[in-house]
Amino acid sequence: MVRKNTEAERVVFLFSKKEFREGVQAGIPIGIGYFAVAFSLGIAARNAGMTAFQGFVTSLLCNASAGQYAFFTQIAAGASLLEVAVMTLVTNARYLLMGCALSQKLAQGTSLRHRLLIGLDVTDEIFGIAVARPGFLNPWYTYGAMLGSAPFWAVGTAAGIIAGSLLPGQIVSGLSVALYGMFLAVIIPPVKTNKAIGICVLASFAASYMAGILSPLNRLSAGNRTILLTVVISAAAAVLFPIKENEAE
Amino acid sequence: MNHIYFYILVTALMTYVVRAMPLTMLRKPIRNPFLKSFLSYVPYVTLAVMTFPAIVEVTQVRAAGVAALLAGVYMAWRGKSLIQVAASCCAVVILIELFMKI
Repeated sequence: MVRKNTEAERVVFLFSKKEFREGVQAGIPIGIGYFAVAFSLGIAARNAGMTAFQGFVTSLLCNASAGQYAFFTQIAAGASLLEVAVMTLVTNARYLLMGCALSQKLAQGTSLRHRLLIGLDVTDEIFGIAVARPGFLNPWYTYGAMLGSAPFWAVGTAAGIIAGSLLPGQIVSGLSVALYGMFLAVIIPPVKTNKAIGICVLASFAASYMAGILSPLNRLSAGNRTILLTVVISAAAAVLFPIKENEAE
Repeated sequence: MNHIYFYILVTALMTYVVRAMPLTMLRKPIRNPFLKSFLSYVPYVTLAVMTFPAIVEVTQVRAAGVAALLAGVYMAWRGKSLIQVAASCCAVVILIELFMKI
């Protein structure tokens, strides 16, 4: 599609020191939160037998809590490459939705290079602050936020792998629930206003518990159970509670 | 595991594809009602399936995990930030396990 950018659009993706600095400022508190969660992710990585460097590289390249948690679980279980690929797609499927929403925030003339770079770090939090910006999104704001937060994620993972074994059991036990706390912070608030999501969450808890004890589902790996349950429950929800055309995401 | 870096590369690539695809290819919102609905429920279902019963199984004492789940749901319900919710789950587990071990 060839289309001339308006002046306002062109300004939007030019480098702006102000936008970049605001991004870094928003990114650092996110990064501090990441550190604690990444630490608990590091404990999962250590249980999978990964070294601090391997955990660091994984976190630097992925920046994905649920996806990486599933990945470490799969590594621990000796999953195949194909299983890892499918599981990564499923656990990160929400980024597809966030990407769709975020694509609407980009001025149409935003270059492919910018789009590819922004795509490196669409996390729940960075997505959250990026869509909350007024008007079109300046990519440099996103880069600032990435720079302010992503290093904490990678260093936190490595720290969890190294220090996870040095800390007393209660502390490790405590930190390993941080990740689930983060998941709860994502899934619980919408339940208050959206009955369908509430039913989805309750059905998922119940199905996940049952699948863990009932044969033959309990013989599947945890990762495969997650894939299967996600597809079945989400498809059922889509049939039972279809979203209206003009309803907000 | 022998080819661990190969695995890391695969998961990193797949993660990147999921993120970059809509940003680079999709310039219009998804219209198909089923697909749109399906995609909107996926994040909640995946995270819920991964959270329970894992949260009560990962702790040394099962009661601590149950308490962490309740605390997390309560804090999230009250609209607390991600960090506050995660921190209260941690604190509850550490306190309960300290208390029960002594």
